[in-house]
Amino acid sequence: MTDNFTSLLSFLPQLWEGVQTTLILTIVGSIGAVIIALILGLAMTSEHGWVRIPARIVVEFFRGTSLLVQLFWLFYVFPLLGVDLEPMACGIGALALNYGAYSAEVVRSSIKTVAPGQWEAAIALSLSPSRRMIRVIFPQAWALMIPSLATLLIQLLKGTAVVSFITLSDLTDKITQLRQSTNETYFAFTVGLIIYFVIAWLIQELMNFLERRATAALGRSRPNSRNDRRQARRDARMSKSTDPGSTSIAGPNSGNIGYGGPL
Amino acid sequence: MPPTENTPTNPSPYETAGTTAPSTASASVAPSSSAPPAIEFKDVEKSFGSTTVLKNLNFTVAPGERVTLIGPSGSGKTTILRLVMTLEELTGGYIFVDGKPLTFEERDGKRVELPKKQTRAMTTRIGMVFQQFNLFPNMTVLDNIIEAPIHVLGKSKDEAVKEAKALLEKVGLGEKADAHPTRLSGGQQQRVAIARALAMSPEILLLDEVTSALDPELVGDVLAVLRDIAETTDITMLLVTHEMQFARDVSHRVMMFDGGQVLEEGTPDQIFNNPSHERTRSFLSSVL
Repeated sequence: MTDNFTSLLSFLPQLWEGVQTTLILTIVGSIGAVIIALILGLAMTSEHGWVRIPARIVVEFFRGTSLLVQLFWLFYVFPLLGVDLEPMACGIGALALNYGAYSAEVVRSSIKTVAPGQWEAAIALSLSPSRRMIRVIFPQAWALMIPSLATLLIQLLKGTAVVSFITLSDLTDKITQLRQSTNETYFAFTVGLIIYFVIAWLIQELMNFLERRATAALGRSRPNSRNDRRQARRDARMSKSTDPGSTSIAGPNSGNIGYGGPL
Repeated sequence: MPPTENTPTNPSPYETAGTTAPSTASASVAPSSSAPPAIEFKDVEKSFGSTTVLKNLNFTVAPGERVTLIGPSGSGKTTILRLVMTLEELTGGYIFVDGKPLTFEERDGKRVELPKKQTRAMTTRIGMVFQQFNLFPNMTVLDNIIEAPIHVLGKSKDEAVKEAKALLEKVGLGEKADAHPTRLSGGQQQRVAIARALAMSPEILLLDEVTSALDPELVGDVLAVLRDIAETTDITMLLVTHEMQFARDVSHRVMMFDGGQVLEEGTPDQIFNNPSHERTRSFLSSVL
């Protein structure tokens, strides 16, 4: 076992290179995926068929084909068409397109989930369609789409492992090398699992932070959040010792009740 | 504690108001005017799929007139308000606001839809208050009110904020400018929604069952605000309500709807005290 850790220590610089490749693919791929998701997702909510239908076709195409085949297309077929892309660009492109297509559906459905009354109030105030979306609908849809986007971005992280097929040496590739150098399958792949898990956990924490901010902006908190439970305990203690008539009309914990209209 | 009573002791006109308001809220004669009607429905038809809600509907509302639509559920009252606010598309006919077409016009004998921008320019004269308030939860109370005056009417932020604060004072919520809509009671939210609609200086105000979603003890505050608007402004109002006493007090005219048609219309006195149709009588006896 000590031997394993010694080999791991000496292997660390290479492992770090692999982690960096995986992180670059994940971060840039995620940014690309979110941009593609926003463009296609918003296009799919358009009332104009000439905007909506092509966006729907693109989404269905990239959702319905394998990430690996898309990657091979960018890497092997594009050069035949006269377009040479770096392996890293191919990796980022395939991840962004594939997960962007999945996320576009999340964006579309979240926008459609915003209460119809919100659209109607925005129309009643004669806000322009872009203003309606930017100021009223999207901030509310954003809070709804974050949990699903978090899942997809973690899947994107795990999807980066396929890039070793196109000569990129990512975390998975380095782990395979570690296994070969130590001859310890169990040890090498356990290290791999742990590193992927830590990166996934960081993504989840980031998305939780974004979700807390987005829901706070709507005057709500996440259902059954830590703060809610703390507040509920505090309320329980307070109600024993103070006059309940002194609380505000909306109630001390009204943030969880909703905001007038249906969600 | 927020105020529970909202009856201003010194009712000065709203900033959005003209000065030709009737002296009492219970005026029973519609303001006469040679100007074109504030709202005109001409041969209006509205269907949802195969269900026809309104058919060959014709009526006008004079500038400054307050008209209450009553009738059984499903008689098309709310649809009329939503058509004026362009929340529903007209199936047939025309709607005119201040004599100008709203969504469709007749050109060379053909019914032609107007460009969306033109329609939106028309709707800036119209305000609507909804049953479910529909405040934007991602904005503070103040931001809810100033959003459209700044971005639609092109007012400066300072001006919009000043007017918004004056309106919030009027509806008894001066101290709630920075509050989040979710932190307000239903009645307070509805009063903010009224302030938001008034901030656009509408010529026409559409009120769609604005007290129906409120707890009974909160209805009074909202109605007090609306009575005050009726007394101190000359905004044309088209309202759908189940508050018959309120309708009787503020309306110049009451229209009874049934099956998408005007069954009868008249002053509140005529309709509530002496309805000519049996259908109106039975409807009123069921709600009064």
